[in-house]
Amino acid sequence: MIALPLPKPEVLGRRNEILAGLRALVPGDGVITEPLRLRPYETDGLSAYRQMPLAVVLPTSTEQVAAVLRFCRDNGVRVVPRGAGTSLSGGALPLADAVVVGMMRMNRILEVSFEDRLAVVEAGVTNLGITKAVEGQGFFYAPDPSSQLACMIGGNVMMNSGGAHCLKYGVTANNLLGVKIVTIDGDVLEIGGGHLDSAGYDWLGLITGSEGQIGIVTEVTVRILRAAEGQRAMLAAFRSTEVAGAAVDAIMASGVIPVALEFMDRPCIHACEAFAHAGYPLDAEAMLIIEVEGSAEEQDALLEAIRNICARFDPISMRVATSAEESTAIWKGRKGAFGAVGRISPDYLCMDGTIPTGELPHVLRRIGEMSEEYGLGVANVFHAGDGNLHPLIMFDANDPESFRKAEAFGADILKLCVEVGGCLTGEHGVGVEKRDLMTVQFTAPELAQQRRVKSAFDPDWLLNPAKVFPLEGNQALTVAAE
Amino acid sequence: MSAVLDLAPATEEGIATALRNAAAPLAVEGNGTKRGMLRPVQASRTLSTRNLTGITLYRPQEMVLSARAGTTLPEIEAALAEKNQILVPEPPDLRALMGVPDAPPPTIGGLVAANLSGPRRITGFALRDAVLGIRFVNGAGEVLRSGGRVHKNVTGLDLCKLLAGSHGTLGVITEVTLKLGPAAGRTATLAVPVEDEAAGIATLSAGLTSPYGITGAAMLPAGSAAAGLSGPVALLRLEDVEASVEYRMGRLRAALPGGRVLEGEASRDLWRAVREAEPLSPGEAEAVWRLSLRPSAAPAAVRALRGAFGARCLLDWGGGLVWAAGPATEAAHEAVAAAAGAARGTFTLFRAPDPLRAAVAVLPPEPPPLAAIAARVKAALDPSGRLNPGRMRAGA
Repeated sequence: MIALPLPKPEVLGRRNEILAGLRALVPGDGVITEPLRLRPYETDGLSAYRQMPLAVVLPTSTEQVAAVLRFCRDNGVRVVPRGAGTSLSGGALPLADAVVVGMMRMNRILEVSFEDRLAVVEAGVTNLGITKAVEGQGFFYAPDPSSQLACMIGGNVMMNSGGAHCLKYGVTANNLLGVKIVTIDGDVLEIGGGHLDSAGYDWLGLITGSEGQIGIVTEVTVRILRAAEGQRAMLAAFRSTEVAGAAVDAIMASGVIPVALEFMDRPCIHACEAFAHAGYPLDAEAMLIIEVEGSAEEQDALLEAIRNICARFDPISMRVATSAEESTAIWKGRKGAFGAVGRISPDYLCMDGTIPTGELPHVLRRIGEMSEEYGLGVANVFHAGDGNLHPLIMFDANDPESFRKAEAFGADILKLCVEVGGCLTGEHGVGVEKRDLMTVQFTAPELAQQRRVKSAFDPDWLLNPAKVFPLEGNQALTVAAE
Repeated sequence: MSAVLDLAPATEEGIATALRNAAAPLAVEGNGTKRGMLRPVQASRTLSTRNLTGITLYRPQEMVLSARAGTTLPEIEAALAEKNQILVPEPPDLRALMGVPDAPPPTIGGLVAANLSGPRRITGFALRDAVLGIRFVNGAGEVLRSGGRVHKNVTGLDLCKLLAGSHGTLGVITEVTLKLGPAAGRTATLAVPVEDEAAGIATLSAGLTSPYGITGAAMLPAGSAAAGLSGPVALLRLEDVEASVEYRMGRLRAALPGGRVLEGEASRDLWRAVREAEPLSPGEAEAVWRLSLRPSAAPAAVRALRGAFGARCLLDWGGGLVWAAGPATEAAHEAVAAAAGAARGTFTLFRAPDPLRAAVAVLPPEPPPLAAIAARVKAALDPSGRLNPGRMRAGA
């Protein structure tokens, strides 16, 4: 289990006074303090960890966020920002002495400009909500995390979220033009705007993926893109993960960059097929889903090229969609992968390391060996084009030993990712989940440097303080002796 | 200001030692091609990465390359060309624009430190977006890394982006790892003559809001010329596999009649000229500014700059990037700052004779709370203020 910093007794002792102060700043029902209504906020997408907060505040304006943060700073109160609470790394896990600032009431779309190809939205607008607002004109917002129906753009910015289609269009950082962010001092900063590449330091780049360490984002300006004329998928099944990995390399090296290139291993194929009946080949050790876009003729040409590449790797089977419906069917199993694994195991941990794609066969073999050593099942589904793995480790949360083993297994996978030249997290963020593994990837001076940059924004470490950085050696936080 | 003493270690450790031993501030540079950019550095010694050279890792199949900071752009581009790959943001060689055509070519470290991107920026990738990892030495002489060599990485604060565009004021970049892209099988450009900037931006916008994957959208205004084309003309580039370019160019021509198509080498020459802002060809005593703004604001900005000082302009990024050349006067600079402000955009005094760039704010000033944060971030990376003092802002 991961340690959380000790609550500040002076904050817990002044609870009523602090709640009254917050109510004065956010009127109506925007301050939640009753245990029953606080309960939904005690955890996020990493539900193995739970902690009730001091209070939840649901501001409706940037001014309210600023007032709340200024108040928290003046009173030494810790703050945990929260969007939809879909973080898989525990990024929105509360602390007992912290105020959770939930952004879901700031959900207005403020501007859409097709001529400037941008949308200005409040932080609580969902990822898919942006696309919904512009798709009538044939546009979309590119990053597409699996949780896009629920997750909010403010959270996407804070975690630098990715998705299956990032191979072509990039992650959140590559699709942002500006943010409005509130500092712990309550200052409202407008970073970037409707233009590309602001002069001066790249604050936008630093803020993106900062996991709530720097401030609370209240507004976001995103690039919107004109969608291609159409898209179509194919699947290709192979006799081994090595061969499938080699096919991935060959596709990427051919110069034809698919919009998406997804990989599933045998356990994942079986789980997804049982769930979605997508017609996946059950005799395959590995399967690729490859999507291309363009006009119907372009799709034909690209799929033909990719088919010819795959054919060199002795595939068990290949299936090229001939219609949008067939494409949807091919994607159905992949999109439901997490749910499908949830049906065959009571609980699972979703890992998120990234590796150099050339290391794929080696890493998958090692994960298989570890699975046997730990006695826990694992299903692999991931973004093959960019090496971002999502091993799903199956365990039983009612059995503490099983959970302990699952966490150790996960940590071993992530250490392996770093060892082969990769990283701990490709798109889910460090959060609490991978916090104590940061020393595997970074040296002490590197972590100290990152901490000093955080301190430049948040000298008292009030913003999401138990996340990202190991607690050890952190003067600003007192850790419970275990 | 020319530095008297010059340190150019051949190793990263040499850079670190130089910084640990530095008793006074240092001017940090690669080959110094952008020495004339922003403000003159207040330092009597130079610390150059020009001897820190060589490609240290190239995995074409993983589309990743690492190079020491002093490796030059042509060297990297040549290595990539052998494997039919490119740097997607097409960082520019601006030696001619900067008035140093005979200097050694720009280094990759210098380009990243300035976050300079070419026409393909509009596809979503600035040079900073292509930086997967970085090694650098901070002002205290510590060798540090951020990012890595994989394509997706959100582990910890993204210091790569903070360092990219910091012009050597936060750390000395010693090695960068870059994401690559495939070279297109075919490139072609549709050149559409237009009435004026407003019509030009509308044409570029029509291209960029089409589903055809435009990878360059620039405009030569009246009076400027490049690669045999004379403005006012709007330019839309396609780069992709042969069949796609064929099909899409047909559709674009149908949607935007009256244009002519440049293929292959002619198209490449044209976009090299745009990338290097060649049509501006500023005189020795002139200044060059770069404004970044919403494309829809560009026509008014160009009108304002022409009215104020007869600016010669070049538009890229669908109109979102306005290059302007004109007299190196404070009045002209104020007109640029005002035009960028009116457009709620940003500006950089890109080159000017020393007196002007020492006298004015070469970048838009930051509001006081952000300036205070910037000072603390600077102190977090360069506690003794050894790196490029005064480069971006006076007294910082």
